[in-house]
Amino acid sequence: MKKEILKLRGVKVHFPVQAGVFNRVVGHVLAVDGVDLDIFRGEVLGLAGESGCGKTTLGKAILRLVEPTDGEVKYISQDDDETELTSLEKKDMDPFRKKLQIVFQDPHSSLNPSFTIFGSLQDPLKKFGIKSKEERRKIIGDLLEAVNMRREYMDRYPHEFSGGQRQRIGIVRALCLEPELIVCDEAVSALDVSIQAQVLKLLMQLKKEKNLTYLFITHDLSVTEYLCDRIAVMYLGRIVELCDSEDLYNNTLHPYSEALISAIPVADLDKQTKRIVLEGDVPSPVNPPKGCPFHPRCPKATDICKTEVPTLKKYSTNGNEHYASCHLIDLPEIS
Amino acid sequence: MEDKNNIALSVRDLKTFFYTNNRCNKAVNGVSFDVEKGKTLCIVGESGCGKSVTAATIMQLLPTLSRIEEGEIKFQKDDKIINIEKLEKNGKEMREIRGSDIAMIFQDPMTALNPVYTVGFQISENLKYHTNLNKKEIREKCISLLNDMGIPLPEKRVDEYPHSYSGGMRQRAMIAMAMACNPKILIADEPTTALDVTIQAQIFELMDKLKKENDTAIILITHDMGVVAELADNVAVMYMGNIVEAGTADDVLRRPTHPYTKALLESVPVLGRGKNQDINPIKGSTPDPYNRPIGCQFAPRCNWQTESCDVMPEITQINETHQVRCHKYEQFFEKYK
Repeated sequence: MKKEILKLRGVKVHFPVQAGVFNRVVGHVLAVDGVDLDIFRGEVLGLAGESGCGKTTLGKAILRLVEPTDGEVKYISQDDDETELTSLEKKDMDPFRKKLQIVFQDPHSSLNPSFTIFGSLQDPLKKFGIKSKEERRKIIGDLLEAVNMRREYMDRYPHEFSGGQRQRIGIVRALCLEPELIVCDEAVSALDVSIQAQVLKLLMQLKKEKNLTYLFITHDLSVTEYLCDRIAVMYLGRIVELCDSEDLYNNTLHPYSEALISAIPVADLDKQTKRIVLEGDVPSPVNPPKGCPFHPRCPKATDICKTEVPTLKKYSTNGNEHYASCHLIDLPEIS
Repeated sequence: MEDKNNIALSVRDLKTFFYTNNRCNKAVNGVSFDVEKGKTLCIVGESGCGKSVTAATIMQLLPTLSRIEEGEIKFQKDDKIINIEKLEKNGKEMREIRGSDIAMIFQDPMTALNPVYTVGFQISENLKYHTNLNKKEIREKCISLLNDMGIPLPEKRVDEYPHSYSGGMRQRAMIAMAMACNPKILIADEPTTALDVTIQAQIFELMDKLKKENDTAIILITHDMGVVAELADNVAVMYMGNIVEAGTADDVLRRPTHPYTKALLESVPVLGRGKNQDINPIKGSTPDPYNRPIGCQFAPRCNWQTESCDVMPEITQINETHQVRCHKYEQFFEKYK
């Protein structure tokens, strides 16, 4: 039986746009605009989409690194206790911070250059009650070894490490409080191809050993296919398709996912497909198009797409649940 | 052999060294390749293996602490053959070639465009120096270039500043700038690494069109084997300043004979192969350029390393187009045939 770890209901993050002498609010950037999502224990959920579609903001909103404007983020503990995170006071959030961690995109800017690795990494341990320095050194040393680095490295400074090593230190930082869920925000995008494979393998190995759940945010769909159990595709702050990772590639329902998949260059001469080239860029989230947000770029758009906003409906492909929001899907909807 | 007239640029045994703190970094250490007209040559490799330095050398855009040590770069201009390495860096001849005959697209369009000038001004600079067009014609040409690149409302956009362009549009403006004088060779240094896949597909479509319509030779620098599979006619794989394997896309991607090429291909997940595919990271990381392994540069990371790898392997021609720099290529080739 699959158990949820997080339930997101109608999560919205709107940033005000200010202008003029008095900094009046003239509009809102609808970065995340009503996302419903369940994350199950022990799964790897991929969150894919182009830049500017709100992936990172959603990841941060879950951890309350940005405050959601509206909606609920429910954390369900192993004993089935539900807690609504968005309404908690800051200090009441602390025990949940321990359970929910994040690995940041850029390993160069996420470590403080004036602290040693141990100096940076010991703070969370201190905060959560590990008083003796020896013990902290032991925990960090063990984790460094778990990510194939040497124990002595904890006394070095970030500039002494390469990008791949720094990303592994970022992973150690996320792991040191023994979290249940890690949000990986483009954790491998900034790395060289060979290093990327090392980090991907490491993430999979750690997941098995420590029984982790990942929310894996990336724009690279070939990585999500390899890594994820389910994939959610976002466009302009909304989820447009959510399904098992295999179904996304074999039974694509939404035209946006289709275009996204066809645009990925495949390193296999036998698998070359025709690119579907989308015109233009992602529209501005301040002033999204009426109707289906994707219709100005959609090759299949019809009249109904220009006026009515499609909702996320449930379909079934290969016997699996498959959610998509498009007017033009020919499958029977299931409730 | 290829028809001589088809070769737009020919690089032979090129060496570019950097001198800092009394140390010498042999960034490009004996590289040879040819670029044919109307074909795309992809240079692949990890960061720090000398791809971008090779490109900068061809353009003579090297920083002051570096110099071309040896070798020749022969560029065929009309019927003359010009040795680029002999030209003065900022001399008249080099400036004539740079931008008009050989143009370059840089990786990051935000740092490559000047934020205080309009996009139109930056494109027209190129036309001002390399053509005899008057002001009005230059403006018209700019607009038509932007139009060709698929930028909406080019009449209006031409007077806008780079900050009001999106990432993909900036890169297209960069390509417009590079294509302004119909160059014979276009060097694209990771042109789409900073862009989304959907925008990347647009840029590739554009480059394909230019190649077909203008017979432009393209040198595309990338680290993504997927890009190579889609665009390349010829491929050169670089590692630590050397080309370790070169050949047609078919040769290199279907029958990789160098362990490094094979490792690169195996280290990325390929779309459509599902969850069961096996990815093999390359062990370790690229060596410190000041403290290189003796002999074959890839040896310390290679599963096929033997004692013979302490000597730098020579280039071996496997067939007419396919060459490799490895001692063990025969055994390697046999195993993965």
